[in-house]
Amino acid sequence: MSAETSFSKAPPAAAVAAADFLDTRLGVAKAVKGLARKLFPDHWSFLLGEIALYSFIVILISGTFLTMFFVPSVAEVRYPMDALPVTMRGQQMSEAFASTLNMSFHVRGGLLMRQIHHWAALVFIGAIVVHMMRVFFTGAFRKPRELNYVIGFSMLIMGLLAGLTGYSLPDDVLSGNGLRITDGVVKSIPIIGSYLSYMVFGGEFPGTDTIPRMYTLHILLIPGLILAMVGAHLFLVFWHKHTQYPGPGRTHKNVVGYPLFPVYTAKAGGFFFIVFGVLALMGATMSINSVWNYGPFDPSLVSAGAQPDWYMLFLEGSLRLMPGAAEVVIGGYTLSLNVLIPAVVVPGVLFTLLGAYPFVEAFATKDTGEHHVLDRPRNVPTRTAIGVAILSAFFVLLGGGANDLLATQFQLSINAITLVFRVLFFVLPFVAFIVTKRICLGLQRKDREVSLHGHETGRVVRFASGEYIEVHQPLDEYERWIRVGHDVYRPLEIEPAEDLNGVRRPGHGKDKIRARVSQFFYQDRVEPVTPAELAAASAHGEHDALPALPADRPSEELDARVH
Amino acid sequence: MKALAASRRHRFAPVILMALALLFTGAIYAALAPNAAQADTASATDIAEGERLFITNCSTCHGMSAQGTADGPALIGVGAAAVHFQVVTGRMPMAANAPQAEAKPPQLTGEQAQQIAAYIASLGAGPSIPSDQQVDPTLGDAANGMQVFRTNCAMCHNAVGAGGALSEGKYAPALDGATATVIYEAMLTGPQSMPVFNDATLTPDEKRDVIAYLMEQRQPNPGGLDLGSFGSVSEGIWVFVVGIGLLIGAAVWIGARSS
Ligand code: HEC
Ligand code: HEC
Ligand code: HEM
Repeated sequence: MSAETSFSKAPPAAAVAAADFLDTRLGVAKAVKGLARKLFPDHWSFLLGEIALYSFIVILISGTFLTMFFVPSVAEVRYPMDALPVTMRGQQMSEAFASTLNMSFHVRGGLLMRQIHHWAALVFIGAIVVHMMRVFFTGAFRKPRELNYVIGFSMLIMGLLAGLTGYSLPDDVLSGNGLRITDGVVKSIPIIGSYLSYMVFGGEFPGTDTIPRMYTLHILLIPGLILAMVGAHLFLVFWHKHTQYPGPGRTHKNVVGYPLFPVYTAKAGGFFFIVFGVLALMGATMSINSVWNYGPFDPSLVSAGAQPDWYMLFLEGSLRLMPGAAEVVIGGYTLSLNVLIPAVVVPGVLFTLLGAYPFVEAFATKDTGEHHVLDRPRNVPTRTAIGVAILSAFFVLLGGGANDLLATQFQLSINAITLVFRVLFFVLPFVAFIVTKRICLGLQRKDREVSLHGHETGRVVRFASGEYIEVHQPLDEYERWIRVGHDVYRPLEIEPAEDLNGVRRPGHGKDKIRARVSQFFYQDRVEPVTPAELAAASAHGEHDALPALPADRPSEELDARVH
Repeated sequence: MKALAASRRHRFAPVILMALALLFTGAIYAALAPNAAQADTASATDIAEGERLFITNCSTCHGMSAQGTADGPALIGVGAAAVHFQVVTGRMPMAANAPQAEAKPPQLTGEQAQQIAAYIASLGAGPSIPSDQQVDPTLGDAANGMQVFRTNCAMCHNAVGAGGALSEGKYAPALDGATATVIYEAMLTGPQSMPVFNDATLTPDEKRDVIAYLMEQRQPNPGGLDLGSFGSVSEGIWVFVVGIGLLIGAAVWIGARSS
């Protein structure tokens, strides 16, 4: 576990000369040494961000290939009579669609590249979401990493935009449907909606500007921004050093792990090839977005089972679940609440909540210390419960987006499914919140129990006096650290509204809100084991019960206790 | 020899024997049975046999002379095509009271279906069973069929005919198992919630083009596994099951030697 592992083998002379050349001119030796000695903690969940990173690289490589054959134009052409597939021969279509077909059927490796690109995009956003869940549930976003959380969050939004614009490029029926929905959503915004739509699409939808504009966004602007943000993101990970899971010797002031070079670089480099391999395998064997099935875009067409890519499915679901009756007409102007609420307000609230979360929690704790040791999700029940509640709402929307497939695959009535999801959307998050919080508190109690009394062994011993006891195995150092060594927060006490002279204290209103938020977060809690209790427990023998502890023990005791 | 003797006493032996016997009779029947073209011209015996079959299998719901009852509509004038479609897809005789009459393994043979069809056709004129040439996909234009299909059928049956949901538990079925004749008859007669596409809405040539298009869809997908042809939702499920699943597995493996 130390960084000072030495590698005694001498490097070849040429390498030495080259290194010397660079060093004497750029002074790289110091920088490289600093870099190579940087420590990285090791845990599989720290590789989730890497999956996103590597699939992004695969997206860039495969996307570059696609740009060589794709024609971003909606000029009308007739598909040749001697080209594949037969179902498209002689059809009227845009150049964009024709070039996509040509690329799929007549360019060697073209279809493979298209499929790798699309699968990589789905994996990319999937990995971002899973990575974000890791960051959220372990509290990796706490000071000093709030800013990096915001960068990551912006990358998620950019990823969604990249997907939306990419999906629209081939100009098939589904991509056109997707754009049509986007157009409707933009138009539902009061007052500026129709102007905005004309601006985005360069006139009445679909127009001739849409595809070229999407193309610029998709291949230049959005990837450029993501790339810049990836750079900033990784730099900050580096700068702050990586967080670590709780364990012996791990504190908010150190990092325990492997050196960047060679261990971590070898692992990470190997992992890149695994990601590439899995994506190539998917692209080679699993069809995705077979546009020739949908045919060229025609605004008048719809097809059953038309859905967007999974990361947009929640929006589709939100639209499908919304009752259509919410449209109101005020003085001759239509206010499309039936679109505005599900497509703008619902995702707006969901995403604002997610993006602002670190700041909400910091507001509630008023904690200004740095945090480099991650939380176990059970030890922050309210956060974990909020996360699960958001996820549950998200899953209900996903289900709503797939309601027709649920109906046909499970032979249910689509009307009943929609009704159930409408109710679930409001009820499930609350249930999920309460249940998750209960489970977390229960697990904490279990931790407390086990730390004090050790593990049950199932071995029952009879003493000479006739007393029976079950032998409990005390925890080893490592496990005890994990089970008891976490921060506890309590609801903030606020100063009274008026001072001794009856003068109103400025800022009391804000403090009152803070107290309420803090109350919400930390009212229900299980106090962790204190050193005194631990000592008492081991003195009594592991099986004895302990008297209840006074509730308001200061948390400093904790840090004093753990080694 | 001992092994053979032992396997003869195996408890599955009767089942296998039965299956073989059924296969054998099936093969003989297939060789001897008249095909659609031959049966086109209905004889008086066919009609008589059809009436007998109708009375035993269908009259409880459709009435003794197909005049209809509370349990089923009148069939006079629905034509041979409707009867043939309903019977060979197993929808009729209808079984349970479901949101729609389910297709199931047919209870009557193709010949018997022809006979009932002849009987119903004799009661009143209606669309007749299409000839082999009318439904031959090789004579159709798949590209035009694609156009016709996506303007007229895809909103219910999905772009490639993978099926789709309608209201209240009704659904448009997947079309990957339907024979060319069944596809033609479905368009001609519009079973249940499906609209009728008579020869004025879709010409016989266009119907054949649709058949050519649907048969073209049965070729393997050039992209690989078609994942059920359900589009983005199944892709979304597979990306987590295969992609993210494998990669997290790899991550766990790489991170296994930790702390
Ligand atoms: C259990 C009752 C029942 C039995 C038995 C039954 N049917 Fe039906 N049949 C129905 C009902 C109900 C409908 C209407 C279905 C619908 O449109 O939803 C129907 C519809 C039909 C139609 C479609 C009519 C149209 O307008 O296109 C045909 C043809 C038909 N039946 C033929 C038969 C034949 C032939 C048999 C015997 C082999 C049979 N049915 C047995 C209940 C029955
Ligand atoms: C309004 C929706 C709708 C449209 C449009 C529609 N269908 Fe159908 N189709 C249905 C329904 C519902 C059924 C199932 C009827 C039943 O079970 O009796 C069906 C059944 C069928 C079947 C029988 C499938 C089988 O395996 O038994 C075929 C074939 C078919 N349709 C083809 C077509 C074609 C071709 C078109 C376009 C020309 C079309 N349909 C348009 C709703 C529709
Ligand atoms: C373009 C997409 C993204 C890429 C390529 C990416 C990549 C990475 C990588 C490689 C790491 C270091 C290893 C790790 O902890 O997994 C990391 C850390 C981090 N990421 Fe991301 N990430 C992306 C999106 C996000 C998102 C959407 C968020 C949250 C909203 C986020 C928040 C963070 C934070 C806070 C860290 C520091 C974690 C720690 O030190 O424990 N990232 N990212």
